[in-house]
Amino acid sequence: MKTLFHDDDAVMRRRAPVRAAIALLATLAMSGCALGPARDDPFEPVNRVSYEVHQVVDGRIVKPIAQAYVDYTPKPVRQAVTNFFGNIDDMFSFVNDVLQGKPEKAGHDLGRVITNTGFGLLGLIDIASDAGIPKGGEDFGQTFGVWGIAQGPYLFIPLFGPTTVRDGSGWLIRAYASPIAHIDDAPTRGALIALNVIDLRASALSAESLVNQAALDRYAFIRRAYLQRRRYLVYDGHPPPLKEDEE
Amino acid sequence: MIPIRRIAYACALTLVALVVQAAPALAQEAPDALVKRVSQEALDIIRTDPKVQSGDKSHIRDLIEAKIAPHFDMERMTALAVGRGWRQATPEQKKRLADEFKTLLIRTYSNALDQYRDQTLRYLPLRTDANATDVTVRTEVIRPGQQPVGIDYSMEKTPTGWKAYDVIVGGVSLVTNYRDEFTQQIQQGGIDSLIKALETKNAAPVPAK
Repeated sequence: MKTLFHDDDAVMRRRAPVRAAIALLATLAMSGCALGPARDDPFEPVNRVSYEVHQVVDGRIVKPIAQAYVDYTPKPVRQAVTNFFGNIDDMFSFVNDVLQGKPEKAGHDLGRVITNTGFGLLGLIDIASDAGIPKGGEDFGQTFGVWGIAQGPYLFIPLFGPTTVRDGSGWLIRAYASPIAHIDDAPTRGALIALNVIDLRASALSAESLVNQAALDRYAFIRRAYLQRRRYLVYDGHPPPLKEDEE
Repeated sequence: MIPIRRIAYACALTLVALVVQAAPALAQEAPDALVKRVSQEALDIIRTDPKVQSGDKSHIRDLIEAKIAPHFDMERMTALAVGRGWRQATPEQKKRLADEFKTLLIRTYSNALDQYRDQTLRYLPLRTDANATDVTVRTEVIRPGQQPVGIDYSMEKTPTGWKAYDVIVGGVSLVTNYRDEFTQQIQQGGIDSLIKALETKNAAPVPAK
């Protein structure tokens, strides 16, 4: 260490960028204290660029496909598609109920998967909901939250949307573990993944038009809505109040 | 003279007694009962009013203004949405902010109203003591084959009855969700720039899908 502190020109030159970076980080950290949103979203400048990229790609490709899917596919067919992927959600919800130590939810989700897979044509028909068995709706991101892992920085990923380091990690685990990822036939696998994306995108169409009308700054509006929603889910619908709420 | 004065006095007394009796009667509608009554009225209108069904936007906005908006404390909602900047605002700025925010919310949710037509609401029991002045009324939208969405109303007791100051849909507060945008706008250009941004937004045509 000591040699580093010799006033040697070469060392100084090498250290100068490091000092600049530390100064920049310190400035960012200080501004992070002053600006509320920056605490959750330290990469805001990068995320905003990602958001713009997303808007273009989504608006030109994914959204028109999802809109056409809604316009030209009969509603019962779309419902069956939603149910099919919902059944996979329920499988993962069961795993996460167990990881979070929620036996009642685990019972419901396991019952749903067995009922819908066995008697609902591999999940195409959601018999369990008709029978009044509620969906658990748990995922790995929520489990990490229940375990006390911080959400980490907010991220906006093109074609994926809003997430955080914690939720995105959970999603990656799920993507690798999903039964769809283990289908050997590549075209079938690809088609199912594409259908999953279109189904998810179609379900967001009405929320999107609401955001367009509601927000002055859509990026900030989506970010806050996402973070509020995820916090609510981690606390199973009863989040403790935030201190700054009454300012 | 004396009898007339006495009659007038008696009349005045009766009037005061009537007002005093009537006011608590109006204010005493419990917060959960109020939410239920107003929600059911709104749902009935959505399902039966031909002008609402045909998507007459200005008619829908008038209805929200008349039937729903009076049950909200717009000043408190705006204060919550603006956050720290609210204290720096002059009374005139506060009024303009509240007016513009109200317009924005009504425009937004009048467009979303048709999505509620086929849905049923479940009213969850109110867990609070009788003397509470600030309560959360919980309701759920039941959607066939999907998870229910919670709609919670934060409500406060006022001299003119219970008023909502926040609505939380699926965990997302419709009010504090604006905090980041509003704070940012105020930091960049002050309160007047926020008023201007809201005016511009409200004057713009409703964006298409």
